Amino acid sequence: MGNRPASASLESPQDPAGSGLLGRLHLDVPLLLGLLVLCAFGLVVLYSASNQDLGSVKRQLVRLGLALGLMFALAQVHPARLRSWTPPVYGLGLLMLVAVLLVGDVGKGAQRWLDLGFMRFQPSELLKLAVPMMVAWLFAARPLPPSLLRVLGAAALTLVPVLLIAKQPDLGTAILVAAAGAAGLFIGGLSWRLIMAIAAAGASMAPLLWYNMRDYQRQRVLTFLDPESDPLGTGYHIIQSQIAIGSGGAFGKGWLNGTQSHLEFLPERHTDFILAVIGEELGLVGILALLALYLFIIYRGLSIAANASDSYGRVLAGGLSLVFFVYVFVNTGMVIGLLPVVGVPLPLVSYGGTSMVTLMAGFGMLMAVQTHRKAFQF
Amino acid sequence: MLLDSSLEDRRRERHLVAVRAGVAGVLVLLALSLVAARLVRLQVEQHEHFSVLSRDNRVKVQPVPPTRGLIYDAQGVLLADNHPSFSLEITVEKVEDLAGTINALSAIIPVDAKDLARFERLKRQRVRFQGVPLRLNLTPEEVARFSIDSHRFPGVDVRAELIRSYPRGELTAHVLGYVGRINTEEMTRIDTSDYAGTHFIGKGGVEKAHEGLLHGHVGHQQVEVNARGRVLRTLEGKAPVPGRDLHLFLDIGVQRAATEALGDNRGAVVAIDPRTGGVLALVSKPSFDPNLFVEGIAQPDYHALLYSPDKPLYNRAVRGQYPPGSTVKPFVALAGLAAGVVDASKPKYCPGAYQLPGQSHRYRCWRRGGHGTVALEQAVVQSCDVYFYDLAHDLGIDRLKGFLGTFGFGSLTGVDVAGELGGLMPSREWKERARKQPWYPGETLIVGIGQGAFLATPLQLAVATATLANRGHYIQPRVARASQVPGSRETQELPALTHPVDVGDPQHWDQVIRAMTEVIEGARGTAKRIQTEAYRIAGKTGTSQVFTVGQKESYNAARLDKRMHDHALFIAFAPVEDPRIAVVAIVENGGHGGAVAAPVARQVMDAHLGGSKLLVRGESDHGE
Repeated sequence: MGNRPASASLESPQDPAGSGLLGRLHLDVPLLLGLLVLCAFGLVVLYSASNQDLGSVKRQLVRLGLALGLMFALAQVHPARLRSWTPPVYGLGLLMLVAVLLVGDVGKGAQRWLDLGFMRFQPSELLKLAVPMMVAWLFAARPLPPSLLRVLGAAALTLVPVLLIAKQPDLGTAILVAAAGAAGLFIGGLSWRLIMAIAAAGASMAPLLWYNMRDYQRQRVLTFLDPESDPLGTGYHIIQSQIAIGSGGAFGKGWLNGTQSHLEFLPERHTDFILAVIGEELGLVGILALLALYLFIIYRGLSIAANASDSYGRVLAGGLSLVFFVYVFVNTGMVIGLLPVVGVPLPLVSYGGTSMVTLMAGFGMLMAVQTHRKAFQF
Repeated sequence: MLLDSSLEDRRRERHLVAVRAGVAGVLVLLALSLVAARLVRLQVEQHEHFSVLSRDNRVKVQPVPPTRGLIYDAQGVLLADNHPSFSLEITVEKVEDLAGTINALSAIIPVDAKDLARFERLKRQRVRFQGVPLRLNLTPEEVARFSIDSHRFPGVDVRAELIRSYPRGELTAHVLGYVGRINTEEMTRIDTSDYAGTHFIGKGGVEKAHEGLLHGHVGHQQVEVNARGRVLRTLEGKAPVPGRDLHLFLDIGVQRAATEALGDNRGAVVAIDPRTGGVLALVSKPSFDPNLFVEGIAQPDYHALLYSPDKPLYNRAVRGQYPPGSTVKPFVALAGLAAGVVDASKPKYCPGAYQLPGQSHRYRCWRRGGHGTVALEQAVVQSCDVYFYDLAHDLGIDRLKGFLGTFGFGSLTGVDVAGELGGLMPSREWKERARKQPWYPGETLIVGIGQGAFLATPLQLAVATATLANRGHYIQPRVARASQVPGSRETQELPALTHPVDVGDPQHWDQVIRAMTEVIEGARGTAKRIQTEAYRIAGKTGTSQVFTVGQKESYNAARLDKRMHDHALFIAFAPVEDPRIAVVAIVENGGHGGAVAAPVARQVMDAHLGGSKLLVRGESDHGE
């Protein structure tokens, strides 16, 4: 599984990331390597998915540079400081979410953007980081496992932004933020009995959720259940992406040679549906290699969580790692027809900047938790 | 005890999180295994099934480009049209034997060496799986011949496209601009999804300035295609929103009159309706055929235009920056009156030159013998430099620059013709910034007679003249009057910014306009040859120096190369009582404004106001 037993690290005299140049720069070498390989893979696929538009690849590279810069900067911040920043960051995020509902720009029928004059900003992205930070902050104040009161508090701190984001409406981001809160609760030691109760309650709440969904969201769920019912509307995405992946076979049609992708059967092929291009051109082998990379990164994150020196670091690292997993699962599940279509990109591979910057910021915090560990203990 | 319990807590916490992380790891592995299992099912077990579907894939979404809006002149004459054109395209990736296919094609459709050269060039730059044109402008017979045999040519398609055409050709090239294929630089500026099916974009003039209105919005259609990607039928879709038609203020009759009046000269004419700010004519000579650029101009033709010494691609009307010369004197006179530094009734004495106190440099009047005693009206009529040296000196550069700025000198007019330049209104700040030098009082004198660093475009002069004709009501110039959804009756007027110009006493307008009327009607007027019984004209001649004459020399046209001759300028508006047209004519290297540029302006005014033929007086009148 990759993570060492917790007790071993207590006695371990040597911090694995403490030596060498990268260690002094507070970079976690295995995590950094995994991320760089993943991003390189993403750029190669993007070149094909964008119809060999070098311009798109260059723009993505610039964003990647920015994202890596932010990751590096956050890796330098001591977790104790992150912890003290948590309530203001969370409060600011919440304020901006309210602002976006009042004065935000409307893009593609949803209100998500806040125009700050010099740049456009999507506040919901900040909450993907602020919610796990806040849950960690709340749980770290008292020894784990959390009391019922704290569990309810964490649930409320998660649900308020989730509802605000769902109202924009941005279902994809709402799911990710909810997952961030839930991951924090789970890692923090929410009792198994409560987990079962919540699962049961969730199942019974499903009809309520259904009535609160927008038409297009309901349509997506219906289409997911039976894509053939609407082969030209929303089902088109699902059918075409499955044809692309299925026709790729074990070894794919070859890089740049996907007919589904290049004959323009596949919509959104360089953004949310880029996995279909990978499946078509690089085959099962290509996708499994990608999943292995993701698995490696997630495990490294969980291992950092297990070995962290305090509850704040543990809950934060666990929450961030599991959000990354939810990204991967929701996107791959949607492209291969396991889950309904929601707007969640394939992390660090899909074209687009906002999610990349937030994800890398999260990995920066993970590295901070890992590399500042020793100094914090004394 | 407390220490013990906290140590115990920490151990318990560490264990709890490690267990949870372990459980999460197992769940992650399970979830991703589920994904992997699904992938194995799709890509291994059902691979054959999906391969067949992929080969037979029949429905795809295609963008449908909007139709570009048409452009009409003020009388409803069509100036920019779309006509259908068929081209023969090869999708290289779908053709197995390219050379053989081209050979077989040329047996039914003539393909010459030029076509092949273009095909080879475009093939190298192509985007994969997109068609490369082999032949353009197929005739209907050629389309029919290909259609019969099309089954023999998988990967070859006839594509219908709407191509822009400009029926008036050279006449409207500079004002309308033209459309051309979208290049990579433009790709970064546009919304690529909105231009998904569009191949052309406005490259200059009105076409570029109103790109947003003319283009419209993309639509989509779902089409049934066969395995080779050939469209069999359209299933459903969302229609594109066509671009809006434009109705211009421009009157093609006035435009033609201005073009003909300039003859073979290089120069520019801009005519504006002072009541609306509408551009009636905007001409730059020489011109070019915009239709050559739409489908991509051939290299030799382009070089011929680009390197011609007459610069036919250069839009002199909005990008030509000339010293305004004496045409600026009515505005400088107004500046003096508004600031109270001159009184229209108080004369000044012109001995033929002007000297600043304590300086030896003599600022010469164009008339060496001097004008003697002149008041404001005669100073404008006879264009006395000394009068304006003294006025400008009393006024100072700051007030002069401030006042001329309200007429639009030194800033972009914001006209809807792309590529406009803003001229140059000299000032202390400009001198400090551009030349790192302080302002010298002598320079104020030179600005006062419209020479030196002072530059204005013909359009700026026309706008200033229209503002004067309006007695201070400045209106931003516009070529397009309104836009209209094609086929609908409702039109939408395009807005224009306005601002007032304050000269204090409104009588100051009358004094200057009376002087400008005397330029045409007076015995000593520099443009009296264009006087007409049909309507009354107010105007001012000007000369802008190309060549600087030394202190001790005199300007002798006969000794100079033609390209070093002065530019002839003329500004005018008419009728004086109720101005309906303001005109600026500039003839490059034309010499005297009164002799060369004024008759051009007169012909333009005739065309708009319907006056009699040009009444040519004797050759007795002088320029300045």
